[in-house]
Amino acid sequence: MKSIATVLLLLTLAFNVNASEEVELQEANIDLSNKESLQRGAQHFVTYCLGCHSAKHMRYLRFAMDAEVDKEKVLKEIAPEGASIYDQIHSAMNKHDAEKWFGVQPPDLSLIARSRGADWLYSYLKSYYIDPSRPFGVNNLVFQDTAMPNPLWKLQGEQHAEQRKTIYGEYTKLELDVPGSLSEAEFDLFVNDLVNFLVYVGEPVQLERERLGKYVLFFLLIFSVIAYLLKKEYWKDVD
Amino acid sequence: MKPSRLAECGNWVLDRFPVTKFWNDHMAHYYAPKNFNIWYFFGSLALLVLVNQIITGILLTMNYKPDAKLAFDSVEYIMRDVPWGWLVRYMHSTGASAFFIVIYLHMFRALIYGSFKHPRELIWIFGMLLFVALMAEAFMGYLLPWGQMSFWGAQVIISLFSAIPVIGDDLSLWIRGDYVIADATLNRFFAFHVIAVPLVLVMLVFMHLVALHEVGSNNPDGIEIKASKDPWGHPVDGIPFHPYYTVKDLVGVGVFLLFFATVIFYMPEMGGYFLEHANFIPADPMKTPEHIAPVWYFTPFYSILRAIPDKFAGVIGMGGSIVVLFLIPWLDRCKVKSIRYRGGIFKKALFLFVISFLALGYLGTQPVTPVATTLARLFTTIYFGFFLLMPIYTRWEKTKPVPRRLTKLQSLEDQIHAIEEHLPAFIDEITEVKPVTAEIGHPAFKSTFFSRRPNPKGIAHVMSRIATKLKRSLD
Repeated sequence: MKSIATVLLLLTLAFNVNASEEVELQEANIDLSNKESLQRGAQHFVTYCLGCHSAKHMRYLRFAMDAEVDKEKVLKEIAPEGASIYDQIHSAMNKHDAEKWFGVQPPDLSLIARSRGADWLYSYLKSYYIDPSRPFGVNNLVFQDTAMPNPLWKLQGEQHAEQRKTIYGEYTKLELDVPGSLSEAEFDLFVNDLVNFLVYVGEPVQLERERLGKYVLFFLLIFSVIAYLLKKEYWKDVD
Repeated sequence: MKPSRLAECGNWVLDRFPVTKFWNDHMAHYYAPKNFNIWYFFGSLALLVLVNQIITGILLTMNYKPDAKLAFDSVEYIMRDVPWGWLVRYMHSTGASAFFIVIYLHMFRALIYGSFKHPRELIWIFGMLLFVALMAEAFMGYLLPWGQMSFWGAQVIISLFSAIPVIGDDLSLWIRGDYVIADATLNRFFAFHVIAVPLVLVMLVFMHLVALHEVGSNNPDGIEIKASKDPWGHPVDGIPFHPYYTVKDLVGVGVFLLFFATVIFYMPEMGGYFLEHANFIPADPMKTPEHIAPVWYFTPFYSILRAIPDKFAGVIGMGGSIVVLFLIPWLDRCKVKSIRYRGGIFKKALFLFVISFLALGYLGTQPVTPVATTLARLFTTIYFGFFLLMPIYTRWEKTKPVPRRLTKLQSLEDQIHAIEEHLPAFIDEITEVKPVTAEIGHPAFKSTFFSRRPNPKGIAHVMSRIATKLKRSLD
């Protein structure tokens, strides 16, 4: 299993072509089998993201089943008041209001991890800095001039961007000015849980398919061996 | 003895419908050359993938909605809420890429063993028509998920038609059914993708096979097995397709499915090559993605399009790159079919062609830069050079004598055996005995592994021998 994972990792690295990458991304630690992390991520999502963003392809029930949480617990601790377990994760924000307030409608986040990638999301959420020239007073290192204000500023604190010069060239570094309510390690874990949840939401069947894949490959291996022996038997008299 | 009721029913059908004759003509009494190698698996695999695409495609249409407002969400509905929908969808999306991998290898086989030459020109023509139909099928299918890449890829390709003088704008409008890619386009592409083009594909596969079974299969030696027959009229170098090649192809199927399943279960996006990242964002006519790239199987041709500075000339170039493929039965003037007996110039030309095809494919996935454009132009020239100069360089090719009967192939067991036999001598050559410096205690240290060290001189010898062998194989 570990060797398969290594091979897969190498393959994804080899195929990972990101054309317009300027900022080096930080690596998210994605582990979908960590159910606690998924539950915390879901809670964070509902608390900090759902105000504006939906995840409309995801149902609470599916999450309860996959994350092995009690349905009642999902309704009480994760889903917003009044939601049914069969509901999809919809946002209450009105489309027209959203456009008035932010200029664009906040995108649905069901597939954001599949279009952007986990590392991008992780880095993005950590890379806000103070920029008074922007409408919401913040800018983002990973996504310049993003229309989204920083929803996590109270937790992370306020950062400012600093130009640094080295012999290799110039780069921008973010420095924490005002600490937030979470320590740096706590905040990293917070964002990681959130991204973990988004990766899960992007493709809820991921763990299931990887589990099934082993049996399918095992069957096909046996099938191929038997087919080969059968071929050898038939071809014995062909010269 | 009185035949059973079941047998009577069977005979009643057989008297009226020639199942047995059909089976015998095309399977049990169809004689295929004995010496098919690995390249000959891809024909049956292409058929397997076609069946896979048709079955999974039918299942997908049961839940897919060909509507600009619903299409994207219906695909996600299939991925999440439809039982096993994710598997069916991944089988279909991976199948699309697998189809092209298999077909490209199948075509390459024809190229190296001269399967397109007399008397098999028509098989090649049908095959090329199949390839064009397959490209149309894949292109229209790619619009259906209605993601950003679906939308903008189709927008770019259809706008190419507007480069045609006089009728261009009207033509592209006619194809789209709207001024941009829209619901009308999605609906007609759906109609073409699920019924019109598949019907053409199945018809062409039928004609491809009928033509093949009329003249018989070519083989890695490129000789006609029908030239030498036994007293009963069967080719001496042939064996019945069934059961010999049905069981052999079964092995190919198993190995192919191992790769296929690995992709489906462990890397369905294939790092953004089989399912592009940007296609997980719903189509948005107001927002152009910063980098539009077609799916990998179109990129060699897309590269040729971009390499040519003028838009209309680019369209002609891209079309021409497919058209020249149709013409190779007449461009190649060499009488010898198989690369085993062909001259060095063809091998070298083919080598350059493969390099340029792969390079064009890679460049097509990358954004345009001045260096990339220059390279793409160079490789486009080589691509066309391979085909258009063929009548010249193949006419005076120095070929080797072609055998009258099939040459015997070394079996896998024999090959392994030969390697085992030569291994000790080989190790002796590339290593030398370490000078003993001190008394070694443990007996394990006296083994070959510890008592010898690499011998630079021997390694150099082996390298030069391999290099000479490589060079000779290109002559």
